[in-house]
Amino acid sequence: MPLLPSPLPLAELEVGQHLYWQIGNLNIHGQVFLTSWILIGALLLFVISGTRRIQRVPSGPQNLLEFFWEYIRNLSRDQIGEAAYRDWMPFIGTLFLFIFVSNWGGALIPWKLIHLPSGELGAPTGDINTTVALALLVSLAYFYAGLSRKGLRYFEYYVDPTPIMLPFKIAEDFTKPLSLSFRLFGNILADELVVAVLVFLVPLVAPLPAMLLGLFTSAIQALIFATLAAYYIGEAVHEHH
Amino acid sequence: MTSWLSLAATAPPPEGGLFDLNATLPLMAVQVVILTFILNKLFFRPIGHAVENREGYVATSRSQAKERLAKVERLEAELKARLRDARQQAQTLIAEAEAEVRQLHREALGAAMAEANAVREAARRDIDKERASAAEVLEQNARDLGDLIVKRLLPA
Repeated sequence: MPLLPSPLPLAELEVGQHLYWQIGNLNIHGQVFLTSWILIGALLLFVISGTRRIQRVPSGPQNLLEFFWEYIRNLSRDQIGEAAYRDWMPFIGTLFLFIFVSNWGGALIPWKLIHLPSGELGAPTGDINTTVALALLVSLAYFYAGLSRKGLRYFEYYVDPTPIMLPFKIAEDFTKPLSLSFRLFGNILADELVVAVLVFLVPLVAPLPAMLLGLFTSAIQALIFATLAAYYIGEAVHEHH
Repeated sequence: MTSWLSLAATAPPPEGGLFDLNATLPLMAVQVVILTFILNKLFFRPIGHAVENREGYVATSRSQAKERLAKVERLEAELKARLRDARQQAQTLIAEAEAEVRQLHREALGAAMAEANAVREAARRDIDKERASAAEVLEQNARDLGDLIVKRLLPA
């Protein structure tokens, strides 16, 4: 459904248009994978450049990587706790880095210059499939974390402190991935739409504050997603006394 | 909005939409899981090693430095105590030496004065003796002269 037909090629606004790839009889959104591969490639290149020669006194990219590492460690340690955070740090960190790189890559790289036969390139996190995939991974992760750490005692959590909580706790298992995925999806898509509409209306200068705000929300969303994922895992591994 | 549960059914030409869930979802999930393992190997483990090694290095260096500082302070205190002792010893030595010197001085002075007194005494005795003998000689002479005068006057 093309919205707001435009004379300017830069300001064309498309919502819900996708570049479909077919594998067998499965459809996938090609534009999501194209951007995610580019961004993951950039991320991996940066990581490799920063870890190629690790020194005791860090310099250049190693500094930034160590900053990220400590940031992620503090985040997961605060939310998951001293006992289990080491196992989950890579997952939390990957969520954070992937979402952060996706959000900022979607906002900062002028994807519109590349024309696709259908749909347009943008932040991979602006596609509901990506965010639902991430949210379901978080659900799997906290179930796995709880079951592997506490065995069947994990289900005590559902009747803690009273069995009255049972329906609410079960409902939580559905609302958690739902809220995680829709929050991220909605924020990123809304930001892209706001910027696109502003660019369509006033091509110069006016969209800049919205873009800056978008960068801010993008970073915050990555942080929120990672923090909540860590919090859910922490809740699952937490020992109730 | 197509349900992603029915995506196994033969796909008609997709009509798109904002909430078009399809095989992108599981593929993306797999991709993220693979990315997790890659990042764990390339990023989290090596950087974690580096950071933790450094933290350990800093901690041990700190404790070593603290130990050394404590040792230095102990040595300093010890040396100060020894210095104080040495000063005290020097002071007592000086005091002893001064007392000894004073003693020696006094003794030497006493000895010299005693000698001088003895010499003076001896000299006075000599003088007295000389004087006595000279008086005796003089008396003798006077008596001789008297006798002579008497002899010269009387026989006539």
